[in-house]
This record gives sequence, C-alpha cells and structure tokens, in this order.
Amino acid sequence: MSQDLLYSKTHEWVRLANEPAGKTATVGLTSFALEMLTDLVHVELPPVGREVKAGQPFGEIESVKAVSDLYSPVNGQVVEINSALAGNLEHLPEDPYGNGWFIKIKLAGDAGLSDLLNEAAYKKQCEEEQH
Amino acid sequence: MDASLTRTPLYDWHVNHGGRMVDFAGWAMPVQYTSIIEEHTAIRSAVGLADISHMGRLRFEGPGAAVFLAELLTRRVADMELGQIRYSLVTNDEGGILDDVLVGYYHNSHGQPFFMVVVNASNRAKIVDWISAHLPPERAQRPGQEIIWNDISRLWAMFAIQGPRSVELLQPLVDVDLRSMRYYRGAQALILHPAAQRQGCIISRTGYTGEDGFEVSLGAGIAAEVWEALMELGKPLGIVPAGLGARDTLRLEAGMPLYGHELSEQINPFQAGLGFACHLVGYDFPGRDALVQIQKQPLKTVRIGLEMAAGSRAARQGCPVMADGRKVGEVTSGTHSPTLGRPIAMAYVDAAFAEPGRELQLDIRGRFEPAKVVELPFYQRKKKK
Repeated sequence: MSQDLLYSKTHEWVRLANEPAGKTATVGLTSFALEMLTDLVHVELPPVGREVKAGQPFGEIESVKAVSDLYSPVNGQVVEINSALAGNLEHLPEDPYGNGWFIKIKLAGDAGLSDLLNEAAYKKQCEEEQH
Repeated sequence: MDASLTRTPLYDWHVNHGGRMVDFAGWAMPVQYTSIIEEHTAIRSAVGLADISHMGRLRFEGPGAAVFLAELLTRRVADMELGQIRYSLVTNDEGGILDDVLVGYYHNSHGQPFFMVVVNASNRAKIVDWISAHLPPERAQRPGQEIIWNDISRLWAMFAIQGPRSVELLQPLVDVDLRSMRYYRGAQALILHPAAQRQGCIISRTGYTGEDGFEVSLGAGIAAEVWEALMELGKPLGIVPAGLGARDTLRLEAGMPLYGHELSEQINPFQAGLGFACHLVGYDFPGRDALVQIQKQPLKTVRIGLEMAAGSRAARQGCPVMADGRKVGEVTSGTHSPTLGRPIAMAYVDAAFAEPGRELQLDIRGRFEPAKVVELPFYQRKKKK
C-alpha cells in the first residue's frame, strides 16, 4: 500500500495523475485482494474507449475457486489496458501497484472520487474483514 | 468464523497454519492453506494430508448387519470379504440418489466383524433418518438377526493421505503392510505412535483425488498428535496440508461425482454413469423396482465431461450448455484444471449431444464459449506395473 494511492471499498487501488490529455486514474487490485483471491487463472478487461462508472463492474478476475467482478473506482473512459496482464497472472501478486496495473481511465468531469478511501481508512477496512 | 459450526479435532491446527475456514455442511473446514494449485500439485506429485473428519461414518455389527445393508444399498454386500470396500449408492423409492457411500467390511482387534459405511457430511442426517425409518427396533432385535448400529462420526477423526508417496508417509506409523494392501481394500491397524497408546485405526486404500492413497479413521482424542506426526514424517517427502478447494479440483479431474453437484435425488444412477454400482437382479432395496423400469427406457440426460481451450473462462455450476442456440444441458461442476492447464467441467446434457468429440457451447455469464465433450475422467494416474 502507498500514501499516494486511493482505494475503493471493493479493493481496487487508484493512482491519479495529470497528463497532457487530462486527468487520469490508473487502477489495479490491492495486495490484500490478491492474497484473498489466490490461484488466478483469467482476467477480462474492457476495450479501450469503454465508458466506466464508479461502483460498476469493468471486468472480472477468475481464480481456480471463483469469479470476481472488478469495479471501477471512478467515472470516465478507458484509455489504456494492461494487455501483458493476462499472460502474467501468476506474477501479479509480486508487483500489484506497478506492473500489475489493470486499466487507465481518463476521468470524467464528475470523477466520482468522493467514495474513495485514503490509506489509513482502507487499512482499517482490511483489518475488519480479516476478523 | 461462526461459533455454531462443528469443529474437527484439527480445528486449532488449521487456524494456526493459515487455514481459511469455511462452512461446509455445518462444519468449519479449511478450504485452503496457501494456494489451491500448490496443494493440488503436491498431491499429484508427492503427498498431501487432508482433514476429512466431517465425513459421516456409520458402524453396523451383529448377525443381521449384512442382510440389512444389502436391503439398503444398491450394491451387493453379502458376498464381501473381510477387508473389502465397495462404492455404493443409497436410492429412494423412485430410484433417485440419496447418497453415494463407501461400505467396508472389517474386523476389530477382538476378531469381531463389522461394517463401516462412509457417507457424505451433507447427507449424514438424512441417511441416519433413512436408516432409522427402515430399521425399527423390532427389526434390529429380531432373534438371531440382531443389528447394532452407531453414528461414530463425532467420535472418530478421519484423514485422507493422498499422492504417490502415501505409502512411504503412512507406513512407519501403522502395523500393517501397506504395500500389499490393494485398491479398495482396508484393515484395522494399530497406530505406532506414543500418543496413540496402541489405539487402533481403520485404514483403507481409497480416496477422492484420482491418486494413490489412504483414508484413515482414528480416535478424535489422538487425532491432533497423529496429524502432527504425519506432517513431520512427510517433510522430506514434500507433504502439504490440503483443503477442500484442492480436493474439489482433484476429484473433478478424476471425473468423480460430488453430491449436490452431479448427484441428487432428481438424478438416477444410470444418468450419472453409476450403473455399475447397482445390482438389480436377485436383490431388493428401496428404489430397486423403479431402477428396473428406468433401465428399460432410453436415458434423457446423461453426465458428461467438457473441456475448453486454455485461457478460456471456466464454466461453473448452473452454467447452461448450448447446441445450435438451444439449451441442451447444465454444468454441475467446473473449474480450471491445474493439471491440464485449461477449464474442465462436468454437465448433464440431452443424451443426443453426449458423444465424445461433439462441439458444444457454454453460456458463461452471457457469452458463448466453445467446449468439447470428452471421455471421463479428465485425468488418470499412470499405474505402476
């Protein structure tokens, strides 16, 4: 986890950046989520250009045991996907906040950031879920 | 974890070793300790130890026991030799499957013979009720045909030792020669461990993984010590503890049905491919007459195996099976096969679409994915000569 990230209640992390084309959010899954999932075998990411809404599924991740939805933490449009992810799922837990990113979203005017958690609040939520 | 769940004698060990505890048929059981794929692979290549103390175990003895079991189970019992184990079914009057069981014929250290019937944890209460209904006191006390039966599930723990190195692991701890024990045979044995205080156990060369191995029933009071001893002895062999998650992927690869998925009261043994477990001629048990009728008719739906291309999404229970845009069946179990590296599934489909090689589609959350009918099992171990 990191101070410069925001987190969703559904265990996605968000890294905000100002880029020439506008504000973007890079999104991935937290190490807590990956530890809970284990045995990843498949990931489904949306096509570039897809509109996404905060709290709505943008894709899915599948482990040996089950399939889980991936939720967009923000409103916006997908501008880039990590196409290297599908072939490297077993290495995802080694670098979930770097090479393990899923999608990059160009934020909408109403980005829907208000429900996101800071690091301390997210840590607290994870501790509660473990008990 | 819900405190109302029943705990096995290994509960504390599981929790202390990272076991993720889930509710399975009212028992708190570990679904995995580390990774399902790791636990699965260890059992295919070395050896794994699983706590299966939740399995129901019913013990029958007395001069009337064999006759009674023959009238309860779909499989012959009366001709069983000591030390023999058979896979059998319990069917209702309509021929629907109430449970699938293993029945073993053993003798205790005093030479007294008895039967042990191992039933699914999820069906234990139902089977106990079914037996009670078919075995009223006047029947159990019929002179010369007395039957004593007990549900020993809570008194005895049960371990599954599975994998090619199972003999090496278990042999130092028991006083019977495991190398000469054949598949689907078993014996009463002494546990050679100080904590066991020369208590006995029941060992059978059986399992639910498609691998060589043993299932051992032993007193709940000594279970934790014996488990620790096995884990210690198994270190040089590459032992891992295995949870229910790996047991599920292992049995699925081995094409073995699981009650609540491939088996239910709405499914008859012939559809499930379990006709071999039904002896209909010269035997009588609940459902026998119905099964004679069912056997005369062509089967409407049958159990099949389906394989998908590597990298596909896996089908799960309830997923529709499609042919030419029409639903022809439903998946009962599906997962990613760690051994084959691709998704596999079992399904019931219209018998016209069941022949191996046929291309079907699976409707996985609204998107059709191709799948091919294959022979079961998906995985078969190479047997040593």
